Parts: sequence; C-alpha cells; structure tokens
Amino acid sequence: MIHTKDLSKAYSGKRVLKIDELGIPKGQSFGLVGNNGAGKTTYFSLLLDLIKPTTGNITNNSVVVDQSEDWKPFTSAFIDESFLIGYLTPEEYFYFIGELRGENKADVDSLVAQFEDFFHGEILGQKKYLRDLSKGNQKKAGIVAALIGSPDVIILDEPFANLDPTTQIRLKGIIKDLAEKQGVTVLVSSHDLMHVTDVCERIVVLEKGEVVKDLETNEATLKELEAHFSGSEQV
Amino acid sequence: MKLKHFLNLEWKQFFRSASFGKSIAINILMAFLALYFIGIFLFIGIFLYKILGKVNPDQDALTTLNSFLFFYILFDVAIRFFFQKLPVMSVKPLLPLPVKRSKVVNYVLRKSAFSFFNILPLFAFIPFSITLIVNDYPVTSVLAWLLTAIVVVQIINFLNFILESFSSERELSFLPVIVLVGSLFALNYFNVISFSDLIAQGFTAIYNNPIFVLIPIVVLVGLYVINFKQLKAKLYLDSSLKTKVAVVNASNMEWTKRFGDIAPFMQLDLKLIWRNKRTKSMTMLLAIGLLYGLFFYPQPIYRDMEFMFAFIGVFSTGFFLINFGQFIPAWDSGYYKMLMSQNIKYEQYLRSKFVLMIMSVVILFVLGIPYVYFGWKILIAHFATAIYNIGVNSHVILYGGSFNRKKIDLDKKAAFNYQGTGAVQWIIGIPLMILPMALFGLTNWLVGFEAAVGLLIALGVLGIVLHKKLMTLITKKYLDSKYKMIDAFSQDT
Repeated sequence: MIHTKDLSKAYSGKRVLKIDELGIPKGQSFGLVGNNGAGKTTYFSLLLDLIKPTTGNITNNSVVVDQSEDWKPFTSAFIDESFLIGYLTPEEYFYFIGELRGENKADVDSLVAQFEDFFHGEILGQKKYLRDLSKGNQKKAGIVAALIGSPDVIILDEPFANLDPTTQIRLKGIIKDLAEKQGVTVLVSSHDLMHVTDVCERIVVLEKGEVVKDLETNEATLKELEAHFSGSEQV
Repeated sequence: MKLKHFLNLEWKQFFRSASFGKSIAINILMAFLALYFIGIFLFIGIFLYKILGKVNPDQDALTTLNSFLFFYILFDVAIRFFFQKLPVMSVKPLLPLPVKRSKVVNYVLRKSAFSFFNILPLFAFIPFSITLIVNDYPVTSVLAWLLTAIVVVQIINFLNFILESFSSERELSFLPVIVLVGSLFALNYFNVISFSDLIAQGFTAIYNNPIFVLIPIVVLVGLYVINFKQLKAKLYLDSSLKTKVAVVNASNMEWTKRFGDIAPFMQLDLKLIWRNKRTKSMTMLLAIGLLYGLFFYPQPIYRDMEFMFAFIGVFSTGFFLINFGQFIPAWDSGYYKMLMSQNIKYEQYLRSKFVLMIMSVVILFVLGIPYVYFGWKILIAHFATAIYNIGVNSHVILYGGSFNRKKIDLDKKAAFNYQGTGAVQWIIGIPLMILPMALFGLTNWLVGFEAAVGLLIALGVLGIVLHKKLMTLITKKYLDSKYKMIDAFSQDT
C-alpha cells in the first residue's frame, strides 16, 4: 500500500530522516516508535506532503505523494491540534470534513454515532467550540474526524498522549478493529511501548532518522523494545 | 538585579523572535516616523512662544497655551487608546519562580512610564519652558508648570491603561473612549461645563503657587495604585488559563448551498468572520469604511477634486475586500496543515473567498448610494470603482495572498493589530488604491470624466471576463508556495 524508497529529509544540510526501503502492506497496523527527534513526525509529514523530501519519495497506493494529489481521497490523518478548526463545534467540524470527503450529514452522523462511548458524552451536543475543549477531548474529536469518509490509510501521530486510561483502551479497540476487520492501513506513532505492542502487528524503531529495528509483534516484542530503549540490549 | 533579568529577557525575546528579520523593515519605518514626530514637536516647542504671541497678541502666551491644554489632553487620550498598549511581558513562565508578583507589576508599569508617548511631549514642553525663562518668566513658576505638564502626561498614560482594560472586555472596544472623549468635548463646546477653563485655571494656579502641584501628583499616585491592583489581580494563572466559553449559536446557513461546490468553504469563512475576535472587530470597522466619504465630500474643496472620487470609491466599496483579502490565506493559518492534507480543490477554496469579497463590494456600493446627495458624479465614480474592485483588485489581492507568510492569531482584536502584516501588505496597497486613482485622475484630466469612468469600468469588465484564466494562474501560484506557507504558518511568532 505504502512504499518508501530512498527517502531522506535534510534541513540546511543536517539530515533528519533517511529511509532506504520501507513497505507497508494493505491492512497492516503499523507502529512507529522512537525517542524525541527520531523522525516520526517528519516521516508522517512527508507522507502527507506537508514537507518536501530532499531525495526519494513515498508511493501511496501507487500514487507518488509529492507529485500528484490523488492520494488525498483515500488517506486521512490527525497529527496535532493544528488539524482542528478552533471556531467550529465538533459536529460542524465533522460535517465540514465530511463534505470535503464527499459524505453528507447523514453519513457523518451514522459514523460518529458509533463512537458515542469513545466520546464519553463530552464531545457531541456540548454547544462548545473546539478551541474551548480540553486537550484530551480535542484529540478525541480529531481522531474520529480522521475516520470520516472511510479512508484506506489512516495516520495518527501520538494518538494515546493526553487521553485518559478509559479512552486509551477504547482507542486501541478502534484501531485494531479498523485494521483487522475493515482492512484499513493504520499508521500510529507513540512513546508508549505497551500501547503500540498491544495495537500494532508490526513495529519499526526509528533512531536519528534511520530504521534500526523492524519487528513482527509477538510476546517477546515488548521485552525487546524495552531492552532496546533502556540501552541494556545484548548484542 | 531583577530589573536586569527582565530587560535581558525582553532583549532576547525581541532579537530571537521568528519574525525578527522580516519585521526589520517595519521597525525602520517606525524609527523614521518617530524621528519625524520628534522633529515636529521640537519645532513646535521652540517656536510656540512666538506663535502664541501671533495668535493672541493681547494675551500672555502661557495663558493662551493653558486654555488650549484641555484639547491637547483629549486628543492625547484618544490617540493613545488606539496606539499605545501596555508593555506586554510573557508572565506565565515567571509565575512559579521566586519572583514577587508586585515586582513584575511594578516593572511593567514603570516601563510604560518611559513609553514614546510620554517622551514625545517633552520635546515640546522643555524648549517651550526654556523660551519662557529666556523671556523673563519667573524660574520656579515655569519649572512648576513644566512639572505639572509632565505629571499630566503621566496621568493620561495610566488613565489610558484603565480605560483599555475596562473596554477590552466589550465587543465594540473603541466605543467607551469615543463616548468619553466626545461627551467631554461636547460639554465643553456647548459651555455646559467649561473644562478648558478649569484646566487653564488649574495650570495658572500652580504657576502662581507651585505648592498646588501636589494635587496632580496625588492623582497620578492614585491612578498608579489602581493600575497596580488591577494588574496584580490579573497576574494569576487562573485568569489567563480560564477562557470564557462562548455559547454557540449554530445556524446551518442553507442559503450558501446555492453556490454549489464552494458552499462548505463559504460556511467556514462566514463562521470564521463571526466567531473570532479579530475578524469580528474588522467587520465593525466596516462602518468607518462606509462613512469614509463623509470626511471629504461635505467640504466643497474635495468635491472639485474629481480624482479623489476614485480613491474614496475604491476605499469605501473595497473596504472589506482589502481588509479581508490581504490576509488570505493567513486567516486559515491555524489549521492550514489540515486543509492541505485534505482532499480539497484549491480553486474552490479560493473561489469561496472571491465570492465573499465580491458580495461585500456590491453590498457596500448599494449602502453607499446615498452619496449621490453630494452629486451624481460621485455615484457614477463609485460605481466605476466598484466594478474595478470586482474585476481587478479582487484578483490582485488574491494573488498577493500567495506571498503571505505570517500566521494570524484569530483571538486578538483587530484595530491597529499589525500581526500578520508584512512588507507585501504595504506594497500591495499601491496597485489597489493608488493605481486606480492615478488612472482615473490622469484620464479625467487629459480626456474627461466620462472617459475616466469608462476606463475603470473597462478594466473591471476585462478582469471579470478573464476571471477563469486568472484564477487558474492564482491557484498555481498558491500550489507552488504550499510548502513555504505550511512551514511559515506552523511557526509561532
């Protein structure tokens, strides 16, 4: 589904990302972990064509991301709060995204209705603007907005941060369901090793912009990751 | 010790801000303005004694000046309200540190005492006092008078901050000060209470008996204390964190549906305008734009200067176009990344803004029809400029928008807020306003009024005919600068 080839990104000569080859098949739940500055958000921004690659490119469903815009209809993302429009209510925001993705109000309503327990009664019908919601609730609205329009690829940057434990558990359920039952390719980044190992079939570790580990998730994965990040790994 | 730290912090804030390089042009412009005003005030200060002698030869110069001081004070209050802001300091990071709140407040207030607005009058008052002494006025009395003048300037300074904090919570923030200044002026003008005499008598009393200078000083101290208390009460995290939660008045704006595929963007733009402080106060300023002609047309001199019709026409029918248009697409800077990752047609996004601007021109022209009272030529000229605005200026300003690299914070108020303004916004003003005025004026002078009107209309119609082509060009320009815009809009200024 997503193929990365010879990709690199440098800011004024300093290389922050270099991925020679990375393929993500359709329907995979893909986890990206790494310390601050490892290049996770840079990779996602390149994937969304928000920044221009220095060399190489990413192909999303055989569309070269920085050359054509045809990947947009089947790709959606929530990177940070700057994806929200502060002066809209959550409902208005969902409808707006819906219209951009060719869905009418009824479609959006029926999709959003499935997430009532995820919202925990704090998003819908509150008569509040998004800018007045708490960080956690903003995140919930942003994540659900990324699911509108039945995209084939969903990109979520740090979706677990700022969420309360109940919502974290529910979000894990949602992501698993998307990948396993609906065949959606889900890309998630996180600092929380436990969450990613719970949710993702495959985990890639970035370090200083390069892929240092590419793991199929199994029982030993969490231990291996913990060993890697605590620096006590046996070579 | 602490003072040094504060100054150090501000120094770094100024030189390390992301927009430092870009704002240098504006800073230079400001420096020239400052020098210009200093020059004027110095000139006034040096020659005021002679001028006053000419104005009223039968009266003592100082007495004449004292009788004008009331108007100076009123003017100063009004000007400061719009231009002077309490020095801003980012307080949040300081709050958990062992710095006394009162120290921060005192620093901010004392710093304001040295504002340019307080220094500038000295350039007039001091030379004037010197000329008084040279002309054999008693030294102690003159010094007492000078001290009073300085104290009064400081009183206005601190009064202004009280006024501002009082009115900042209101929707029409500039209304209270206009009402205050207006009613004081009216009371004085209609001789209900003669404030100008009162002020003059006060100054004369201090001049004759310097001990009275204590009265304004007490007033000044009082105002300082009020400011201190007010600011200190605001210096808690709660008050900056707690945001007023607006109650939503949702309307689904069905009427926009008739615009077809651009409807979602139009709804978004209308909500943008109604729900944010900055855009809302911009809309309030529309009234000023519409009434702009009333500054000129009632005076017969301007009615003969036909090229002015074009200028006023462009300005009053294009007020919204210029104010809204120059910040496209910065209005959407807060969520630009999201828009760019969505499946949107850029052309639709821009066309929505275009349609809004066109509608505003038509509405403003219709509302301006009463200008026909000052002559049918004015109405015809306004019509021509409206067509010019629709056909030419709308495209020019959209094109200019693709050079926008500054983020806008929608929650700040609009009047005299230069955030998001770069050199481009100043440069783009030239073709928008000066060019049609020059074309109109020149043709009017060389050929005649009909030809001048015809030229503007022809240019406007040409723009309308080429609309599709122009939009394709403009859209391409926006797409080309996409990465630069995303990068610039995600920087905090």
